[in-house]
Amino acid sequence: MYTQALNDPSSKIATVEEGEEKLNDYFMERISADEKIEPNDWMPASYRKTLIRQISQHAHSEVIGMLPEGNWITRAPTLRRKATLLAKVQDEGGHGLYLYAAAETLGISREEMQQQLLDGKARYSSIFNYPTLTWADIGSIGWLVDGAAIMNQIPLCRCSFGPYARAMVRVCKEESFHQRQGYEILLALCKGSAEQKAMAQESLDRWWWPSIMMFGPHDANSTHSDQSMAWKIKRISNDDLRQKFIDATVPQAHHLGLEIPDPDLKFNEKTGHWDFGKIDWDEFKRVLAGNGPCNRERMEARTKAHNDGDWVRKAALAHAAKQAARKSTRKAA
Amino acid sequence: MSDNKDMMPLWEVFVRSKNGLSHTHAGSVHATDAEMALQNARDIYTRRAEGVSIWVVPSAEITASDPSSKGEMFEPSGTKIYRHPTFYDIPEEVGHM
Repeated sequence: MYTQALNDPSSKIATVEEGEEKLNDYFMERISADEKIEPNDWMPASYRKTLIRQISQHAHSEVIGMLPEGNWITRAPTLRRKATLLAKVQDEGGHGLYLYAAAETLGISREEMQQQLLDGKARYSSIFNYPTLTWADIGSIGWLVDGAAIMNQIPLCRCSFGPYARAMVRVCKEESFHQRQGYEILLALCKGSAEQKAMAQESLDRWWWPSIMMFGPHDANSTHSDQSMAWKIKRISNDDLRQKFIDATVPQAHHLGLEIPDPDLKFNEKTGHWDFGKIDWDEFKRVLAGNGPCNRERMEARTKAHNDGDWVRKAALAHAAKQAARKSTRKAA
Repeated sequence: MSDNKDMMPLWEVFVRSKNGLSHTHAGSVHATDAEMALQNARDIYTRRAEGVSIWVVPSAEITASDPSSKGEMFEPSGTKIYRHPTFYDIPEEVGHM
């Protein structure tokens, strides 16, 4: 978004001469005054690098996130559900594009980021490496996965980097429909036959823990957290966000009449929060390392789509070049 | 980055949200030509009836003021407070003016 073409690379060279330290002090002053940092402003190289990593991974997650849901577009039970799912998947593609554009303002091209994804050098959210086996999974993704994503993204609307914050405002506005439509799917199933309700329960059993893991490692084990908090890229810690999500979600599950697959889940009168059981971090690490149920399938699908679209991109560029050439000869004549 | 001919150039998108309002910057898109830029902008920035008109401009064609000369550029208007109506004292009994 926001004019990557205006970035003047020569300004980076100037900073070294002026003294990095002084600039960094001024930068931190601006951060503590809650000022937004814009693409053309001076920023520490590590701030830029951190943002490129985070925003591009966020964009990749949106794009890969279209795959598990796309799986059910042709099999949606009604036309209403089908139209909704199509619109939702289209939104995810749009969110990916806003985010790639926000990352591009930092001086990396979209092509480069996409290549990093295809080469396996860039990650995406590990939640999308789980399969969508039943229609209820489309409900669970909207309710839990999008619900967790909203929890994460709302504080990002106040992130110190302007283009990222603005992209998040747009994304959050659109995301609310995603969560509601998912909950509505589960509500319909839970009010239906015993079989339908069982389908909803089975889906929650599979999606609950992976959704909880979406908030990342515990604060004590989170490598990038402290620096990101100091830079105000991150505003709320992983564990605090996770607790907030659980507190909001448990009553919603009860309303559906579903049981959350955690025997240790208990309301704590003292803290006013829901205590929960131990997270299986081995599973988290396994999926992150590429050995989840669908890691290979997702990357194969993404690579195939990229390669299949190659001729389209080339044809569009050739067409534009031909039209431009024709226009200039007409002008000359 | 748009100088590489294998890459799609970047376009800035301006959307008029409704008749009577001016176009405002909504974001950017990649496209090979103006027509594609308009279509992409329609799909990306007006999925929920956010606009009645779209402009697309090649990003490379925009000239921007230099952020490092913000001082010289905008300071003069900051010191000319007599350009604002509140600079002038009008007796209360005269009423609203």
